[in-house]
Amino acid sequence: MAITRASRHLVQNEPLIFERSAAGKRGYQLPPLDVPAADLTGLGRLRRDQIADFPEVSELEVIRHFTRLSTWNYGVDTGLYPLGSCTMKYNPRVNEQVARLEGLAQGHPLQPEELSQGALRIMHLLSRYLLEITGMDAITLQPAAGAHGEMTGILMIHALLSARGEARHKVLIPDSAHGTNPATAAIAGYQVQNLRSNARGTVDLADLDRVMTDDVAALMLTNPNTLGLFEEDIHRIADLIHERGGLLYMDGANMNALVGRARPGDFGVDVMHLNLHKTFSTPHGGGGPGAGPVAVKSELEPFLPIPVITAGADGRLRADYDRPRTIGRMRSFYGNFGMFVRALAYIMANGCDGLKQTTEDAVLNANYIRRGLEGAYALPYDRPCMHECVFSDQKQQAHGVSTGDIAKRLIDYGFHPYTVSFPLVVRGAMMIEPTESAGRDELDEFIAALRAIAAEAETEPERVKSAPHTTRLSRLDEVSAARQPILRWRR
Amino acid sequence: MRYLPTSDEIRRQMLEAIGAASIDDLFRHIPEYCRLTRPLNIPRGQSEPEILDFFQGAAAECAPGWASFLGAGAYRHFRPSPIDALISRGEWFTAYTPYQAEISQGTLQAIFEFQTMICQLTGMDVANASMYDGSTAMAEAVLMALRISGREGIVVARSAHPQYREVLNTYVTQRGLAAREIGYLPDGTVDLAALEAALGPDTAAVVVQSPNFFGAIENWEAAAAAAHRHGALLIAVIAEPISLGILAPPAAADIVALEAQGLGIPVGFGGPYAGVIATQEKYLRALPGRLAGEARDHEGRRGYVLTLATREQHIRREKATSNICTNQALCALMAAIFMSLYGKDGLRELAEQNLAKTAFAAQAFAAAGLQVLFPSPRFNELVVQLGPGRAEAALPALSRERIVGGFPLRRYYPELDGAVLVCVTETVPRAAIERLVAAYAPAPATADPRELVSAH
Repeated sequence: MAITRASRHLVQNEPLIFERSAAGKRGYQLPPLDVPAADLTGLGRLRRDQIADFPEVSELEVIRHFTRLSTWNYGVDTGLYPLGSCTMKYNPRVNEQVARLEGLAQGHPLQPEELSQGALRIMHLLSRYLLEITGMDAITLQPAAGAHGEMTGILMIHALLSARGEARHKVLIPDSAHGTNPATAAIAGYQVQNLRSNARGTVDLADLDRVMTDDVAALMLTNPNTLGLFEEDIHRIADLIHERGGLLYMDGANMNALVGRARPGDFGVDVMHLNLHKTFSTPHGGGGPGAGPVAVKSELEPFLPIPVITAGADGRLRADYDRPRTIGRMRSFYGNFGMFVRALAYIMANGCDGLKQTTEDAVLNANYIRRGLEGAYALPYDRPCMHECVFSDQKQQAHGVSTGDIAKRLIDYGFHPYTVSFPLVVRGAMMIEPTESAGRDELDEFIAALRAIAAEAETEPERVKSAPHTTRLSRLDEVSAARQPILRWRR
Repeated sequence: MRYLPTSDEIRRQMLEAIGAASIDDLFRHIPEYCRLTRPLNIPRGQSEPEILDFFQGAAAECAPGWASFLGAGAYRHFRPSPIDALISRGEWFTAYTPYQAEISQGTLQAIFEFQTMICQLTGMDVANASMYDGSTAMAEAVLMALRISGREGIVVARSAHPQYREVLNTYVTQRGLAAREIGYLPDGTVDLAALEAALGPDTAAVVVQSPNFFGAIENWEAAAAAAHRHGALLIAVIAEPISLGILAPPAAADIVALEAQGLGIPVGFGGPYAGVIATQEKYLRALPGRLAGEARDHEGRRGYVLTLATREQHIRREKATSNICTNQALCALMAAIFMSLYGKDGLRELAEQNLAKTAFAAQAFAAAGLQVLFPSPRFNELVVQLGPGRAEAALPALSRERIVGGFPLRRYYPELDGAVLVCVTETVPRAAIERLVAAYAPAPATADPRELVSAH
């Protein structure tokens, strides 16, 4: 297939900012000081010499530098970004505009409550909507990211079990889980016990029955799981955990498959986190900031991190610090407030109907891709999927072509790759999540590209294995980079 | 819905292509009892003007345009216009983590530059791509020290940010550990003698912040020497990075936990910000979080990749150095742009302006008969003893002047009841400082009304 979607374009080279620097250039001007100049003698040895090798560049050079760098990136604005489990959806522009309103962008987290009512209202309303969406009872917005939310949730589980006088030492984690789940359990002091998936790609009930002892604090479950499959036995899983005194934690990374269609609070989940940067459209920003609110059932409410936003009878909002059973504080201040503003704007723009339509389109798109690629790539779990589908490179491996090669070749066709080699339960995984933000034309182009690459893998595998061929740089040597790390510029 | 690029007719055709009779078919495998059969109780979708209306109303309730004297870990500095102009490019803010290096060179090079500038500022060898914020950077730095030393004792200056200390406690309580807190001297700095007395063969980490929560500048070298005498690591915490424009970096520290918010990231009700951990080369493998490193491509051209991922959760799972997955890339980018614009001279000049304004404020408070506590050298914060209840009593007067006053210290330091922490950055004009002092100053017992008028 001729590549029609992408073509070459003038791209500027650009050195490091330090290599643009020259003594005496400047990109700033401060207003004249309206008080006497500081007496620096009092600092004595506390004073520093100049900041060696710090940049000296003009404003225009800064603009050109970071503009040129930006053109080497691919974003959701550029095109389909089908990274599985990352939910790379459209980041609405009105979100950015409202987050920059002066009162919100300049407001200080320690401002008196009477000067913070607008900000508290945003947090309170977002909390209410997220509770309605999840079917849970109480929530904290404080965690700064999904993994931080996981840690918050696991610490709350630990606090509840301690309050019950129980010391449990293990957390169960399915083999299809995100790497953050076991890392979180470990950082919270738990032993991790892995749980096998069954032949259908979901939790193996027999295995769960075997390992669910009175030493297990919780099961951390992603639902739908990373194969894009809904855990159909969810109520038996929940019952089994609860009967034996454990709690059910849900990783809400894949909530984009459920909003308006199913609520974790209705199927036995005790604690869950949401990723505002996935389901609720706050931008990924090149790897953050995110936000990972944690919603819980009422039994866990006393353990929420401080502060908790509460409404008085008169409608005045306040931050409540007087919570004796709290796990404490997970982060300074309220959390990533700017992300709350954006997530609330997204929920308001969609409304009840738009949120449900969004979920349906996300699931429709994933099933459309699944059908469109059938035959060209192996499908290890041949079942209807939800918001993402997972293929494998099994057929291409016969020609020495791996999932990583196919991903790189997709770049030549003008697409961001899917998630490579994850989940670990699928050998050579190709994890594709189109989200609702892809229209059918885009999906058709993507399917055609992947089919063309499947054909190339048979006829000219070297072309795939040496891709990408159209980028500024290609196949950076990560092994050498790790062996002799260069992590900063030096003169 | 205006964000969805699909029509009902296209949806129908797609369902047909899949072989589904209706959208409900695609949700049929969700057990019936799990399905939500009513609409969500959320109002209808709203237009852009309606959304703007709501948020403008909320923003108007948050003192927009007021002069602010709040710092305490969140500092208002002027943000040059190129920052938002640049980060508003979709290539920056709508990209994901740069795992695919060929189409992420922009983000990767910017992180590499950020790491370099943080090293130059702090005097450390290596810095990571950023953490959630200063408080979690401090907690993760302590976990890192526990791993490096194999010890379990944690000693923290009580003059470090109280919320940072709360976060640290949350992070370590579950492991059965607790941080031992060391008080401060009458000059506002940590009691180094008491600190050293608390150190022992099981001390993993000594945590000191400078400028500390009271704005006082600590002595890094003395703190490092004390820690090292007992084989412990010094964790230097920096909540106000602008201070590094003028103050000696904690070069003797083992780990630096820094909050980068002051470097061009909006105060924004507390986040998002960017924490950073910087350290010495020898502790590199114990460092949590992402790292960008230089690499060569197959034709030998220079580029950048995420590197040393074998420390991280997506590779190591439960054996990772941390569960952290994201960094705060866009905030780190803001900081990189800010540092590039101000540069070597600008950061120093900015720091000097902060020093000058704060020194002026301290003199003005003293001249008005108010007691300025803690005489040690300070950066851009100072503690003023107003007397119990005075800060609250001054709120109406401050509101009339459109001023957000200082932070009452009573919540975190009961012994400092009546004292406020006042932050004076370069954004506060002299006239606002004078109005703040007037609002806080005790009314003269026999005031001459003419003098009160002329005081304005």
